[in-house]
Amino acid sequence: MKILVAVKRVADYNVKVRAKSDNTGPDLANVKMAINPFCEIAVEEAVRLKEKGIATEIVVVSIGPQTAQEQVRTALALGADRGILVTTDTDLESLAVAKCLKAVCDNENPDIVLLGKQAIDGDNNHTGQMLGALTGWAQATFASELSIDGDSATVVREVDAGLQTIQIKLPAIVTADLRLNEPRYASLPNIMKAKKKTIDSTTPADLGVDVAPRTTLLKAEPPAERQAGIKVEDVAQLVDKLKNEAKVIS
Amino acid sequence: MSILVIAEHDNNEIKGATLNAVAAAQAIGSDVDILIAGANCSAAADAAAKIPGINKVLVADNAAYEFMLAENVAPLVAELAANYGHVLVPATTNGKNVIPRVGALLDVQPISDISAVISEDTFQRPFYAGNIVATVQSSDSIKVMTVRTTAFDPVAEEGGSATIEAVSAVHDAGVSEYKGEEVAKSDRPELTAADVIVSGGRGMQNGENFELLYKVADKLGAAVGASRAAVDAGFVPNEMQVGQTGKIVAPGLYIAVGISGAIQHLAGMKDSKVIVAINKDEDAPIFQVADYGLVADLFKALPELDEAL
Repeated sequence: MKILVAVKRVADYNVKVRAKSDNTGPDLANVKMAINPFCEIAVEEAVRLKEKGIATEIVVVSIGPQTAQEQVRTALALGADRGILVTTDTDLESLAVAKCLKAVCDNENPDIVLLGKQAIDGDNNHTGQMLGALTGWAQATFASELSIDGDSATVVREVDAGLQTIQIKLPAIVTADLRLNEPRYASLPNIMKAKKKTIDSTTPADLGVDVAPRTTLLKAEPPAERQAGIKVEDVAQLVDKLKNEAKVIS
Repeated sequence: MSILVIAEHDNNEIKGATLNAVAAAQAIGSDVDILIAGANCSAAADAAAKIPGINKVLVADNAAYEFMLAENVAPLVAELAANYGHVLVPATTNGKNVIPRVGALLDVQPISDISAVISEDTFQRPFYAGNIVATVQSSDSIKVMTVRTTAFDPVAEEGGSATIEAVSAVHDAGVSEYKGEEVAKSDRPELTAADVIVSGGRGMQNGENFELLYKVADKLGAAVGASRAAVDAGFVPNEMQVGQTGKIVAPGLYIAVGISGAIQHLAGMKDSKVIVAINKDEDAPIFQVADYGLVADLFKALPELDEAL
């Protein structure tokens, strides 16, 4: 069974990204970049499937600038077998990303595509579902448990009310939620080994994908900031303030 | 062009999030229809028809739609969307699951989590964990969007009398099947609908200690939430998570207990009307957004609060 994992290069989750002072976009100058945390969970799940003998090959793909090679290498160090980097200098919309991934699926014929449920920069939560539409494959988003049984998979999904279980036919798209697993750290020997693994480079044009944007970012502004309020001395004063000043409890 | 709102419902009742999405739709234009996709969902359709200002309620009543499986519902919505300029859905897990699939079927770039309507093609949405608000203009002929429910006051539930129209299209992709659901039973209000929320973080130390929060919550008629750290540590289930990738809430009163205030958590609750923080670390970033901060050991403060309420 072949697994394709998609990973995205994003600003590290510890960084509070702010709007540029001219409000044209996020200010990413000198910001530490990393693999999107949910994508890392997707990689880990693929590696576990390989360790269980279910997956035979893990191909990792990223779409982004040349520097996204670092994130592909990270995935290779975690256990993916080879990489594909679709390079582009523009920030692609999720529709274009899904189309690139569809083209990669056409070439690679994976049985499962694992992705993170959401990238923490755009906060869109789109790509897996859109790839599902373009391939016509089943989708299991927000996965917290994945088990493979022949040509189908059972997936537990994190939904608003609790946990939902669905069964999907393969090939299928699975997007990782927080509790699917806890990703490992890459060991030094594996980091060294990853340097020798192959990364094939391609472009959206080579894949035949039209990446013309459909939306225009007119403005990127800081949100209305909350002002810090006051410190209260004790619980009694807190309750008094909530009752008589804020009037939010009775 | 008219606007289609895909309702969040359980076949019997309309969920509150639908009313927020209708409010967003009405901020775009006045010709709003609602789609109920479900099975044996006539009660939900009747309820939707009572929402004021709705033109038509479309009902796709078929076993294939019972559990809102995206593979079946997305082609239905994509087919109906041909008659509309906008398709909106509340940003619930169902909405987020279905709408991007609709967008790709229509060859449209969806817009997530709109928090304001600027014009019929221009919308605001938060990204980067809510640290930046983007104003985005769409050039697609059909605008496909999820709605951040906390950003739009719900419309009234009753007072209208829309016509109900059956939709006969059946899309059953046959590639996915609902097996079951494990729903946390609770008498407390739902997080996204609660007017008061008491949330616990890593400072709670374990799941048992959440009892202290439940007691206070029950005195206040509040829902109980948690930070990602508390979910990560296994104290409580994920459906309690408030934050960037959990639930987005904006209650009248939010009490954060033992929560340091990571940006990912703030992204999910900073639009609350009044924020209270209880934390023993006086430098915790949560105090920067709190209207009332109490620097105290939560294990002392919570019983006192329980007593005082």
